[in-house]
Amino acid sequence: MSQVSPGSGAGGASVLPWLAAVREAALAAVVALVVAVPLMGFETVQQASGLELRTRWDWVAIAVASVFVGRLLLALLRPARRRRTGGVAAVGHVGRAFRDLARWLGPAAIVFALTLPLMPFSDRYILDVSILVLTYIMLGWGLNIVVGLAGLLDLGYVAFYAVGAYSYALLSLNFDWSFWVCLPLAGLFAASFGILLGFPVLRLRGDYLAIVTLGFGEMIRVILINWYKLTNGPNGLSGVPRPSFFGLPFSASAPAEGGATFSSFFDIAYSSTHRVIFLYYLILVLALLTNLFTLRIRRLPIGRAWEGLREDEIACRSLGINPTNTKLTAFAIGAMFAGFAGSFFATRQGFVSPESFTFIESAIILAIVVLGGLGSQMGVVIAAIVLIGGPELVRQLEDFRMLAFGGLMVLIMIWRPRGLLAFREPTIRLRPRSRAGEASAESAQGG
Amino acid sequence: MSGSGMSQPAAALLTVEHLTMRFGGLVAVDDVAFSAQDKRITAIIGPNGAGKTTVFNCLTGFYKPTIGRLTLEHPQHGPMLLEQMEGFRIPQRAGVARTFQNIRLFGAMSVLENLIVAQHNTLMRASWFSIGGLLGLGQYRKAEREAVDLARYWLDKVGLLERGDWLAASLPYGDQRRLEIARAMCIRPVLLCLDEPAAGLNPRESASLNALLLSIRDDHGIGILLIEHDMSVVMQISDHIVVLDYGRKIAEGEPAQVRSDPAVIKAYLGEEEDDELPPEVAQDLIEDRTAGEAGAS
Repeated sequence: MSQVSPGSGAGGASVLPWLAAVREAALAAVVALVVAVPLMGFETVQQASGLELRTRWDWVAIAVASVFVGRLLLALLRPARRRRTGGVAAVGHVGRAFRDLARWLGPAAIVFALTLPLMPFSDRYILDVSILVLTYIMLGWGLNIVVGLAGLLDLGYVAFYAVGAYSYALLSLNFDWSFWVCLPLAGLFAASFGILLGFPVLRLRGDYLAIVTLGFGEMIRVILINWYKLTNGPNGLSGVPRPSFFGLPFSASAPAEGGATFSSFFDIAYSSTHRVIFLYYLILVLALLTNLFTLRIRRLPIGRAWEGLREDEIACRSLGINPTNTKLTAFAIGAMFAGFAGSFFATRQGFVSPESFTFIESAIILAIVVLGGLGSQMGVVIAAIVLIGGPELVRQLEDFRMLAFGGLMVLIMIWRPRGLLAFREPTIRLRPRSRAGEASAESAQGG
Repeated sequence: MSGSGMSQPAAALLTVEHLTMRFGGLVAVDDVAFSAQDKRITAIIGPNGAGKTTVFNCLTGFYKPTIGRLTLEHPQHGPMLLEQMEGFRIPQRAGVARTFQNIRLFGAMSVLENLIVAQHNTLMRASWFSIGGLLGLGQYRKAEREAVDLARYWLDKVGLLERGDWLAASLPYGDQRRLEIARAMCIRPVLLCLDEPAAGLNPRESASLNALLLSIRDDHGIGILLIEHDMSVVMQISDHIVVLDYGRKIAEGEPAQVRSDPAVIKAYLGEEEDDELPPEVAQDLIEDRTAGEAGAS
């Protein structure tokens, strides 16, 4: 009796989940069928007589079958997985693992970034993608000050990027000033626009703030299109000076007015990648400066006040913190870094037009910050690599590129809904990190 | 901290005159006048909706009073008119700190960070408005060490020293209440306003709160203004009680005096026309009923 009953019990328990799993998988397959018939079942083909509709039922069958099998496996494996991990403790464990990872990941990433152009596999394409990724990392770090630290949801961040880019383009075209003079000026202009935006939105929070900042971003773009005399309207400004190596141009032949080029000065063969490598290091330095600044200011009273403001504005006022000044500084400093990034963008492209500063750019930058985990510096790096580098990696998938990309984002959001690296190191500790510190961090994770 | 032990204990720290607050047609507070003394605990009591929290919000700059004068006699900086000051300047300049009925901590920050944020203005000056701090000047590092020392003192005082590196949101309810008081004390106030500090505490926690408030009053020599429903707290530690009902002051005085005031009994129990209660029964009923209200809220 005692030998039989456990066996039969186990058998009964395994038959019922099977049935339930099959039912669940069948339901998923039906949903897949409904979605797949219009999306995959028909194809329009260009014929001599015009467009012709063809059916592809085999595709539909493959999709439905794979959904059925996948869902069945998932349903059968799920109970086992749940037993193994066991709820909240597992989440805390993953968070700690990430935190430990992040501690050595940062220095490793900097070393890798510094040596990347010297690597044998790095070519023009890799460097170009890296420059793009680094630009977005810098923008992400800048926006992280506004959104991650101060908790002000800014959907118009690209406006400051545009102000920086146009500031550099206009100053260098009209006054012939060098990049190093224009860079701080571009940051200053962008910061003033940050304050300009900050004033009307001081009393707004959350969704309302997001809507107004979204409108502000669009306003800047529309002004750039319509202020034809200054900005050349939708045609943009071309011929923006390319960067020079502290006065030495990156060109094959010496400039007409005489003087050396980069290659002749250092007596090396001319190569078009010299300029790309210079641009790469330029944006790397700018991005690292942004990071250093943020890490530093988090430990200063103003940084802590930003975080306090994010947590509870009323409590901040009751402690004598001036909410107006604190918010305006956050807007201004976040905008300043966007301005720096913008002037880098202008010198890299040699051309600026309003089309580069659409809402989708703001959305991507915000997605980088949110996906990385609000307030997390390393998270921004990983999210920028995933979001900007990711679509490049899966370029072979052609038409399905964006589909794969979307799927990846959904997976990340299921796996880590609060962002890839969603933990926060306290800016100051009562006692240095020790066993006691670990224990308290554990309890904090659980609570 | 005032530290001027020579001054008359009867010197009014806070004087409220003709305080009236209207929201449209609703008169929440109507011509209320009272004063709070240095080194004294003044309690404001009254039934729900009597306007106690509105008085607090006027005092701490969250509301601008419709009519009235609120004078704070600051021991160092002289008299200040609170109703003319911008909200955040009241804690900054006049040294009026407050806590909230529904606790407002910086939940995602550590306990210690909560107390450091409270010393924002001191640290901001020491860091030369962030510029010196960014450059890593020694002056700021020294100021930060002092800030941590003050925080450590208050953590010890409220019994949270062991949990200084915890997230504020992960603390149990009673600890969160005490942390909020510690945070308010970190701005070095001259007047501490507590909005129902004993709400939701068990009897043991409530007793330790009493000890904490008495120690703040006696050791730090500041005035405490208290809104409270829990009569065991109010009657035991208050030096002076102000009773509000429907926005008006109906009684004022020593605890024993207020306890037997017919107007107060009427406000709490309603008027019974044909059936007079003996005073002792009425007092018991007040205590039962207020304890019940505190539990329900």
